[in-house]
Amino acid sequence: MFGLSVHQWLFGILSFLSVLFSLMVVFSRSPVNSVLYLIMSFFSISGIYLLLDAQFLAVVNIVVYAGAIMVLFLFVIMLMNLNQDTEPQRTVLTKVLAGSIGGMFLLVLTGLLKNTESTDKTFYGTSTVGWIQSLGKVLFTEFLFPFEIITVLLLAAMAGAVMMGKKNIQ
Amino acid sequence: MINGIPIDYFILLSTVLFTIGAIGVMARRNSIVIFMCIELMLNAINILLVAFSTLHQNASGQVFVFFVMTVAAAEVSVGLAILTMIYRNIKSIDTNLLSNLKD
Repeated sequence: MFGLSVHQWLFGILSFLSVLFSLMVVFSRSPVNSVLYLIMSFFSISGIYLLLDAQFLAVVNIVVYAGAIMVLFLFVIMLMNLNQDTEPQRTVLTKVLAGSIGGMFLLVLTGLLKNTESTDKTFYGTSTVGWIQSLGKVLFTEFLFPFEIITVLLLAAMAGAVMMGKKNIQ
Repeated sequence: MINGIPIDYFILLSTVLFTIGAIGVMARRNSIVIFMCIELMLNAINILLVAFSTLHQNASGQVFVFFVMTVAAAEVSVGLAILTMIYRNIKSIDTNLLSNLKD
């Protein structure tokens, strides 16, 4: 259709959805709605990962981000009983300034992109790099030491979260 | 080009998502929403890493995305613990009220 392939159509739709939902995260008034829009945005980003043949990362993105992290956010919002009425608002001037600073940032980055020489490297077909076999091989040979370090990081984060969550720290 | 999609489009998408996240960090006062915008910025970078990993047929980029996700999970758990502690003390998570170190 319109001279575009299925991949190009899917990329267009998914990127439009992810940008739309990300904008809704920033502009929606209630924090709960922000969380739900962010989950939708993560689902579209997972779709883009699938388009790039990164199946493992697509699943991990849904399970870890949309499943675990966002539920943690929802729980904290529920505990604090945040809603539209308690939502603090910045002044219009600050919002306009933030928007224009962001717009200028985007302008600079796209300007840089326009001036760079585009790579003529092309890839067609099904990529096997993102499959779990090849990722596992790389993860447990080349990146074995960082993998072990990350376990220590997670342990430290868990201990820190539990310690800070306690009411009275002796 | 990855299956007919120019790599520039992925860079552009990642830039736009990162900018939206940055605007959210600047324009919102609720600490939790600021946290969510930071997650959005991390995801924008992840798209770029995966796109280049597929283009160059090198798995290191995707392993790096894996590490970024782990660090994000650790960051969120500690950050939300800090936020609940702040909420317990001042009954609000408005960033404008967190100025105890100012004077």
